[in-house]
Amino acid sequence: MKDFSNRYIMVFSVVMIVSVAILLSLTALLLQPRQEKNVEVEKKMNILSSINVTSTKADAVELYDRYITESYVINIEGEHLEGVDAFTVGLRAEQKKPLAEQYLPVFIAVDDRGDTLHILPLEGKGLWGPIWGYVALKEDLSTIDGVTFDHKGETPGLGAEINTTAFESQFLDKSLYRDGKFVGIKVVKGGADPQSRHEVDAISGGTITSKGLEAMVYDGLIKYEKYLSKNRK
Amino acid sequence: MEKVEKEPLFSAKYRKLLTNPLGQDNPITVQVLGICSALAVTVKMNPAIVMAISVMVVLAVSNVVIASLRKMIPGRIRIIVQLVVIATMVIIVDQFLKAFAFDISKHLSVFVGLIITNCIIMGRLEAFAMANKPWPAFLDGLGNAWGYGWILIIVSFFREFLGSGSVMGFPVMEKIGVYNFGYEDNGMMILPPMALITVGLIIWVQRSRNKTLIEENK
Repeated sequence: MKDFSNRYIMVFSVVMIVSVAILLSLTALLLQPRQEKNVEVEKKMNILSSINVTSTKADAVELYDRYITESYVINIEGEHLEGVDAFTVGLRAEQKKPLAEQYLPVFIAVDDRGDTLHILPLEGKGLWGPIWGYVALKEDLSTIDGVTFDHKGETPGLGAEINTTAFESQFLDKSLYRDGKFVGIKVVKGGADPQSRHEVDAISGGTITSKGLEAMVYDGLIKYEKYLSKNRK
Repeated sequence: MEKVEKEPLFSAKYRKLLTNPLGQDNPITVQVLGICSALAVTVKMNPAIVMAISVMVVLAVSNVVIASLRKMIPGRIRIIVQLVVIATMVIIVDQFLKAFAFDISKHLSVFVGLIITNCIIMGRLEAFAMANKPWPAFLDGLGNAWGYGWILIIVSFFREFLGSGSVMGFPVMEKIGVYNFGYEDNGMMILPPMALITVGLIIWVQRSRNKTLIEENK
């Protein structure tokens, strides 16, 4: 191998870095619209799945427009906020703000039976990383019509089970309120009481994810408490 | 530099570059490199195949780039140059996956990025591409990536078949109807340790067939 002068090495490095930078920015710039589209479609599929509408990548946008009739942002007091698009609100960023300034998105869907459903987004922590989901509430704003959960990297076969139908279907017809008081949904280790409308079974071997999910549902939904109480029939 | 008369594109020597890494020079089972990602992405076949293809693209292109520049790269900063080339390729592949294979890229998550640290790639650049012309470097890259990839695909086949009862997402076990006879998927196959054991079994089979690979006891 030849010995190169320091000047050569400097010039070589600069040329290399500039060309790599140009190449990478071009790739990122050209592919960005497609990537954003993917994220948007996935979010729409998640929202649809919480009201038990199965969608594919191809028809998610169309089904979303059909079922989701309205979306808006409220604050902790339950007041509507104008000029914010609910779909683009990122919950992770919101959770870092003081409670009074947080945007709380609400999606309104009308399902095939003609019932109006409220879909509320959630975001929390599992064992290894973020977990998130959507809860659809029936017209009484207490009974759960459907949920969908997902996670970034929970343990396969253990915590990752939260996004399976077997786990999610347990939430059907559970109730957030007991005797007019907000209680959330308990995720019980070792078997939930089948009579209870406020408990579901935890995932065996996925205790921390289960606890995180319970906290996510409680912390996420209690922020909507004033709004829900105000509009409850 | 070697001074040889022009060789045909697929001479015996060049073919060896492609075929050796599949068997007696296999990066995973013989050199035991790249094990980390082999454990992580082999739960299902589809991500494993995408991972194999990604590694192939990264390794083949990086090998060609380094081999073309080999006389211009100053020895003192060659490792940095290699890393820059690998990292650039990995980011490009990652961006393409996010745009065109979103589900799988979510599944592979950090492991695409971690191709950068895959020892197979750095190893080939330093050991082969720095001293050879672009064409043999390209073949060497393909061969080694395929040697890595086909082990990944075998391991993922067994893990998906026994752990989830499907092959490439197609529910084979359900179609055969074995669940009706009380068969259950082996949940342990999904856990990372079983990948290690599967790789171990492949190494065992390979060494029992090819005794030259067995290390001597001291």
